[in-house]
Amino acid sequence: MATKELLKEYTRMDKLPHIWCPGCGHGIILGSVIRAIDRQKLDPNKTSVISGIGCSGRAPGYVKFDTLHTTHGRALAFATGVKLARPELNVIVLTGDGDCAAIGGNHLIHAARRNIDVTTVVFNNYIYGMTSGQYSPLTPHMKLATTAPYGNIDQSFDLCKLVTAAGATYVARGTVYHTQMLIGLIAEGIAHKGFSFIEVITHCPTYYGRRNKMGDAVDMLNWQKEHAIPVKAAAKLPPEKLKGKFVIGELHRSEGPEYTEEYQRIIDSLKRE
Amino acid sequence: MGKNEMEAVLMSGNEACVEGALLAGINFFAGYPITPSTEIAEGLARRLPRVGGKFIQMEDEIASMAAVAGAALAGAKAMTATSGPGFSLKQENIGFAAATEIPCVVVNVQRFGPSTGLPTSPSQADIMQARWGTHGDHPAIALMPASVQESLSLTITAFNLAEEFRTPVILLMDEIIGHMREGIVIPQKGEYVIKNRTKPTVPPEDYLPYAAGPNEVPPMANFGDGYRFHVTGLIHDETGFPRGRGSDGDYLVRRLINKVMSRLEEILMVEEIGMEDAELAVVACGPVARSAKKAIAMARELGIKAGLVRPITIWPFPEDAIKVAAKKVDAIIVPELNLGQMALEVERNACGDAPVYRLNRVDAELITPDEILAKIQEVK
Repeated sequence: MATKELLKEYTRMDKLPHIWCPGCGHGIILGSVIRAIDRQKLDPNKTSVISGIGCSGRAPGYVKFDTLHTTHGRALAFATGVKLARPELNVIVLTGDGDCAAIGGNHLIHAARRNIDVTTVVFNNYIYGMTSGQYSPLTPHMKLATTAPYGNIDQSFDLCKLVTAAGATYVARGTVYHTQMLIGLIAEGIAHKGFSFIEVITHCPTYYGRRNKMGDAVDMLNWQKEHAIPVKAAAKLPPEKLKGKFVIGELHRSEGPEYTEEYQRIIDSLKRE
Repeated sequence: MGKNEMEAVLMSGNEACVEGALLAGINFFAGYPITPSTEIAEGLARRLPRVGGKFIQMEDEIASMAAVAGAALAGAKAMTATSGPGFSLKQENIGFAAATEIPCVVVNVQRFGPSTGLPTSPSQADIMQARWGTHGDHPAIALMPASVQESLSLTITAFNLAEEFRTPVILLMDEIIGHMREGIVIPQKGEYVIKNRTKPTVPPEDYLPYAAGPNEVPPMANFGDGYRFHVTGLIHDETGFPRGRGSDGDYLVRRLINKVMSRLEEILMVEEIGMEDAELAVVACGPVARSAKKAIAMARELGIKAGLVRPITIWPFPEDAIKVAAKKVDAIIVPELNLGQMALEVERNACGDAPVYRLNRVDAELITPDEILAKIQEVK
């Protein structure tokens, strides 16, 4: 589908333009989610898109599905309720690095552990953008933020490793620079039965890039291009060559019992009693 | 109806709450273990899958309230149950459900606080939290059972009010009622009313999810039914979308409050005993009302015309019942298991027409009939 048709089909045109800053990568992620949904031919009437609070939290408001903008960090907990109550629905969670790795971290690891069939897309711009630039659990060491004026001494999470360890059965990382790959990764996540997790490296030129002297949006996109190593190439590189870089592509895939199916199995077994 | 079905069965208030929820049509429960409410989660973990419903033990109290709201939005009749500290943790998402008009039931089996307190001991110190626990102006409906039978019947009522008013309803139980065992009769079909949320009758393209009808309660579509609407905790207009306008806030907050306050006759439940000729009123709720009931009987034997006003609906507070009582009696006694929470409402509504005396215990024991009687004799 051409962009114009996609917009007409899947977006609430009257809500556009979006509220994100000029140069922000979030629109590219939302566009990729829409294209992935279109590619998987999800029934729009059976698709719920759920978010928490922050810049990413506004994404569902622009798309023509059942959309739920919840409290800070709790999107996955709300999504668990929607999915378990009505397992036939496609449930997609759009969240941010602060939303899902800090205040929502507990819900993230437990949703992964249950392997509930929810697709989670993290808009990782390394910063709290909505509140104008505080450090998040994904802000790299010694980067600047309004609440880290002398450099961030926290160590950052590798969210993909975290959710893999917690039990997610599809884990991928993409960037807004590599859009075709990103659409594919999200589409795979949607198709996958179980907890799917896609971390998307995006950029916040307003509150992260400017403070950390990373240039404008184009410079920050180029930074993604220069620092992303495709998973196949990374496998052949020694660890010292991966330092300061990040791996993109499908990072983990496994099979495991899906939560709502397990629950249905219990219901069915009790019926036979 | 068979003879056996009429027989009383022995169960606790927590178990009766489970029975009431099942009769009301619950099909989703999310919770987190916490004393003294855990038997409700345990009961529903056993029973819900047998009726095709869903139970989930979430990672924390916050998540269980969130899951309940999500499930209710997907069409479920959903409930959670908790106690003291857990009730505090749920407050943000109770506010979300109030603001977004998601029907659900929250059981708080009150325990002794503050903080971890005395986890297995009773209290009525969450009365104000049930009203004002979440931030911002919001409506609140809370019911306080005084018996195991009432734990069952008020759980059904809580679901009905939630569905009818599209708002979270709090069943404000306590450790005594929750753990006390009494013989109760489980009502048969037809002996209780079940209400369900009003569905939109317009096609999806015409659906305004927050356009309220004359009764101020908007019809509610479910996620997955093709209406494709937006739900947000931001102040929203009738389309469900935020516009960042103070005037939308003014309209929404007033409507949320008004939808409850304009139909008090459908919500307020008060039990009165001996108030026809009472010269002194005891205003008590929950298990304390049981002691009060005994105390006023004892007082009458001594020739003191005492009466009982028992708010069953604690929020909205039954203001008129107190106003009428205060005009009639010479004194009001408010015994409660806290340092004076309901007393604040009683004092406010007595309007100085009768002096209000407090009787409080915060030593983890129930106020006894003798103590109330002594207070009656003291103030008379």
